[in-house]
Amino acid sequence: MPTKISIQQVGKVFGEGSHRVEALKDVSLDIADNEFVTFVGASGCGKSTLLRIIGGLEYHTSGEVLVDGRPVEGPGADRAMVFQHYSLYPWLTVMENIKFSRRLKHGRESLTSSDVEAASGRADALLSLMGLNAATDAWPNQLSGGMQQRVAIARALMGRPQVLLMDEPFGALDAQTREVMHDLILHVHKLEKPTLAFVTHDVEEAIYLADRVVLMAPRPGRIDTVYQVPLPAEREQDMKHTPEFLALKKEILARIRETSGMKTDQNMLDRLNLDTASL
Amino acid sequence: MQARASVQSRRPSMWAIRGPLSRRQYWLFATLGLLVPLALWWGLSSVSAVDKVFMPGPVDVFDRLVQWYAEDELLSDIWISVYRVTSGFLLSALIALPLGLMIGTFRPVQAILEPLTDFIRYMPAVAFIPLVMLWVGIDESSKIAIIWIGTFFQMVLMMAEDVRRVPMAQIEAAQTMGASKGETVTLVIFQAAKPALLDTLRVTMGWAWTYLVVAELVAANSGLGYSILKAQRFLQTDKIFVGIILIGIIGLVMDQLFRLAHRKAFPWQHLKA
Repeated sequence: MPTKISIQQVGKVFGEGSHRVEALKDVSLDIADNEFVTFVGASGCGKSTLLRIIGGLEYHTSGEVLVDGRPVEGPGADRAMVFQHYSLYPWLTVMENIKFSRRLKHGRESLTSSDVEAASGRADALLSLMGLNAATDAWPNQLSGGMQQRVAIARALMGRPQVLLMDEPFGALDAQTREVMHDLILHVHKLEKPTLAFVTHDVEEAIYLADRVVLMAPRPGRIDTVYQVPLPAEREQDMKHTPEFLALKKEILARIRETSGMKTDQNMLDRLNLDTASL
Repeated sequence: MQARASVQSRRPSMWAIRGPLSRRQYWLFATLGLLVPLALWWGLSSVSAVDKVFMPGPVDVFDRLVQWYAEDELLSDIWISVYRVTSGFLLSALIALPLGLMIGTFRPVQAILEPLTDFIRYMPAVAFIPLVMLWVGIDESSKIAIIWIGTFFQMVLMMAEDVRRVPMAQIEAAQTMGASKGETVTLVIFQAAKPALLDTLRVTMGWAWTYLVVAELVAANSGLGYSILKAQRFLQTDKIFVGIILIGIIGLVMDQLFRLAHRKAFPWQHLKA
């Protein structure tokens, strides 16, 4: 597979002087076309910042990010993004939200009537794919959190983006809904074949979805380890109980703890124990 | 089993923190809230010890209203005041809307205009009367100008805040769908801020009315505010009451019209849970 996204020695510094924070330092990673990569790591590791840099919503202060060999210079329709929440337009119905990109000029240039028809068919197809048929004319705030995220994903897919960036998209959903969404997003990935970069704090989710799991570490934000997921391409919920899956999960969780810089916690606990013992 | 059923049927008290209130209860309390002061007023004024100049009763005030209507120009007084307030208010809105949108969207515009506006809005509108007379003259436009000064600067800042409250995720989602800067402003930021902007208009409309009396200090010879000022000179307390109550009622009606427009224009914000 050819490289789709090439991240080369990317650095990101927030603030100046004593407020200077190195959010990312010397991050390099190649993501192949149609690959599914998830990013995990302790808070402050810069995983969201990296995703936003790929999306062009944040700028990097050093290095280079190439998509299809071209440097990223801002957001664009080739890299759609799905956010954790508040991204749907509450004044538009579900269908109008999904078709939002059709209101934009770049989507309308040199459009024939058959294009318009095809787009309309695509919107309907995405609606069915996401199981939203019954909600076509509903407003977003009439939907559950899970349904809202389905709309957000459908809307992001509408413009046929080659890269789909997801920033903790299921972080606010309950565990059952999240499992349904996992199989849905895997199905979408197989069907639409976007390159998928996905940030999460849920290690099980990261392993279940990904071809590769990228573990990042904080202070300064950097890539610590890249894990190849030893599971067949076709994922099933039962695989979460296989020894390979559990072993990888344990390994990644241990490494996140090691890199989080919170080792002093044990001392804190010991002290708490001592304090209560002396009471 | 029985205990459980009774727990389920028990509705929390309306005095629970943020407890429930049925529609009937709401209207009962609302009517009470209006009737009790009215009754107090009636009672106080009918105590013969209180001079009518200090406290005219509801009957006196109503009689004065009828007299104002029959013998004087009540309707044209109302009309000219409504005209002045809405003109000043609309002029404010027309300028404040694009400015607020720009301040809330572009940081340099915010840096240029916000400290300046913050500075001016603390200046008392009344103090501008001599300057307005000097610059604008003493005809209708001067009254409109006073109302404009009283509302515009507050309105700009509130609208800028409304625009700033549009969630960043809504803006960024549009950008990653290929929206240009102009499209992001018109198709997302303005649309998302609209309900809050209409609410700001509703609130500032009320402020525009509070500047009416001040505006009609400037060489006016008609209007509700002017009538109140004239009645003051002749110690016609009952007429002052009529003027104040009329302004209150007009304001209440306009407020309700704004609320109705809000429900019609933004139905998704008024869904019952």
